[in-house]
Amino acid sequence: MATATDQLSATFAALADPTRRAILARLASGEASVTELAAPFELSLPGVSKHLKVLQRAGLITQGRKAQWRPCRLEPVRFKEVADWTEGYRRFWDESFDRLDEYLQEVTKENKDDERQ
Amino acid sequence: MAKTEYQIEPGKQEIVVTRVFDAPRDLVFKACTDPNLVARWWGPRRYTTTVDKMEVRPGGAWRFVQKDDAGNEFAFHGVYHEISAPVRTVQTFEFEGVPGHVLLDTATFEERDGRTKLTQQSVFQSVADRDGMVQSGMEAGSTESMDRLAELLAELLKEKGAR
Repeated sequence: MATATDQLSATFAALADPTRRAILARLASGEASVTELAAPFELSLPGVSKHLKVLQRAGLITQGRKAQWRPCRLEPVRFKEVADWTEGYRRFWDESFDRLDEYLQEVTKENKDDERQ
Repeated sequence: MAKTEYQIEPGKQEIVVTRVFDAPRDLVFKACTDPNLVARWWGPRRYTTTVDKMEVRPGGAWRFVQKDDAGNEFAFHGVYHEISAPVRTVQTFEFEGVPGHVLLDTATFEERDGRTKLTQQSVFQSVADRDGMVQSGMEAGSTESMDRLAELLAELLKEKGAR
């Protein structure tokens, strides 16, 4: 059974490759055909298709069926999941370190006050 | 306001968290290794943290318990492997709610112009462990800043929306 974590792992595995990230960056500026996507990478069409399949399976992109050139485009939903993924962890340490910061400021202020007396 | 930075890169087994504090290194190190001080800052605000055990020496054990208003308890424990005051600590970390997933935490303290940079590297047993842990999130919610990857992704989306 596919869990949310499995889905995230697939997404991260897809994002771990620099060529695939470059493809995503290209798609961020608009949809493109497989041929257009292959152009900057010195990759064969089958090579690019392989990358596109990984990205599709991860839900990061979709490929149109209507037009003959079958344009690829980004899928925002999965990107948002990746962004949400880190929030809990970040909140834990953001808050902890904010509190540590407050404590340190309090103590250094007290020390300065002591020196003045 | 000082900002905590996160490096959470796809496909890696680690998370690196850094934060600069406007305080000398000795003091920051003390705040991280003194049982009376740790309870004052460790964990999100809505929990009360109690230090159950904190033997700050190589081989010594630590255990912190967090409690929320509803009385729910979450405990964390581990073992210290290195205490090199005031520059470095190495310890293991395990959340008792999800046992069997152990992290190795290395904290490094660097002082510059009276300020201290704390770098905390957490290494997980696998990429899946890291991704699962971060997702289960130790806590949910917050719309605060995103990690570098998420920022990149948001940027991609913004560009996409803007075209």
